[in-house]
Amino acid sequence: MSDRVSYVYAVLREAPGLGEAVAGLAGVAGGPVRLLPLSGVAGLLLAVSPVSSEDFQEEALKRHLEDLRWLESVARAHHAVIERLSARTTVLPLRLATVYLDDERARSALDAQGESLAERLSHLAAHVEWGVKIYVEPSASPVSEPAGPAGSEELSPGRAYLRTRKAQRTVRDTAHRAARTAAERIEETGRRYAAGRARHRVQQGELAAAPGENVLNDAYLVPRDRADEFRDEVSRATEGLDGVRVELTGPWAPYSFSTPPDTAEPVEAEPAGPAQALRGEGPPAGRESGEAARPKGNAVRAKGEPGEAAARSNSPAGNERGAET
Amino acid sequence: MPATSPRTSEAGSSLPDRQVALIDLLDRLLSGGVVLTGDVVLSIADIDLVRISLRALIMSIRSSEGGGASAGGGFPGLGAPAGGGFPGRATESGGTPGGGDGGP
Repeated sequence: MSDRVSYVYAVLREAPGLGEAVAGLAGVAGGPVRLLPLSGVAGLLLAVSPVSSEDFQEEALKRHLEDLRWLESVARAHHAVIERLSARTTVLPLRLATVYLDDERARSALDAQGESLAERLSHLAAHVEWGVKIYVEPSASPVSEPAGPAGSEELSPGRAYLRTRKAQRTVRDTAHRAARTAAERIEETGRRYAAGRARHRVQQGELAAAPGENVLNDAYLVPRDRADEFRDEVSRATEGLDGVRVELTGPWAPYSFSTPPDTAEPVEAEPAGPAQALRGEGPPAGRESGEAARPKGNAVRAKGEPGEAAARSNSPAGNERGAET
Repeated sequence: MPATSPRTSEAGSSLPDRQVALIDLLDRLLSGGVVLTGDVVLSIADIDLVRISLRALIMSIRSSEGGGASAGGGFPGLGAPAGGGFPGRATESGGTPGGGDGGP
């Protein structure tokens, strides 16, 4: 095995200025990023850079992933490449740490998927991803101490404790109800603007540094030219609601929409939007209905992914997805 | 920084200089993106993430729920409650496979 392997970031459409965009761009571990044409599909490129094979062998990778600093540096480098390219063209990001023995192997692997990748790129053209998170912050809502019973006799410590607990619960429930209302508003906004919605796991744990409790973590695929309206409207989702906050992140390359939504159920409502002709896919609910039908497993799989990969994964969702898009 | 750099904005006010939060990035890089089978590792999706330091990120991933412990089993959108109902109570036990206390 040579000591360098090829790390693949993304597939993208050719566009003017891409050469300059990657000139001098450092990828993962500082390697130079290059764009290679796919041979199977005209106008598609893949972005690659050399990385040390030692670091990306399976055992090593497993070890590295235990190191949050390592993971962060790879993730940020990967993202920086995606960002740079996204500024100029439609980019279909690959999952972190997709590595081939050399550029040729990378090219042929992507060539094998060329058509479905091209199709996906067409769907994503002129769209951006926005992250929408809802946080519940009971502390932010006014805690109104429930009035004691008339005559307000002294409460025993036990009863006082229970009363306090009850008050806290009430506040929390109120905040969760507010969050639900905000979520419904956002969903409704999504129906009007977005071409798709993806659900992410709510953020918890040490890295979830934002104040409050994250209760919703969604991504919306929005036509670029309507993104501002979408943002404005989503930002207003918490108007008049106590103890709840909405946070937007973006615009992102369409990471969460790299794989077509399952078409498990027909979609009902048609999303409004000028870009409709660009996409043959349903409103946010479409993606979700697919998700509902999925077993828990690695549902985010590329359509047309080599069947054996799906079979090797532990995912029961493996290759239920057909190669049709 | 390209003009498209994601930013966090609260109520519409963007903070252009703020670095993308790692957690938001990992949501996307570990559960989004096209999954292809590479040469050197099958794919990160095939790596058992149970022991990953991402415990910090996602609490414990239980290799149950019929999904095995592939990345999908413990990652956003994949391990989310089926049905995608509003996870208003996701942090309380039972909703999500990962719910629990930090770390397996």
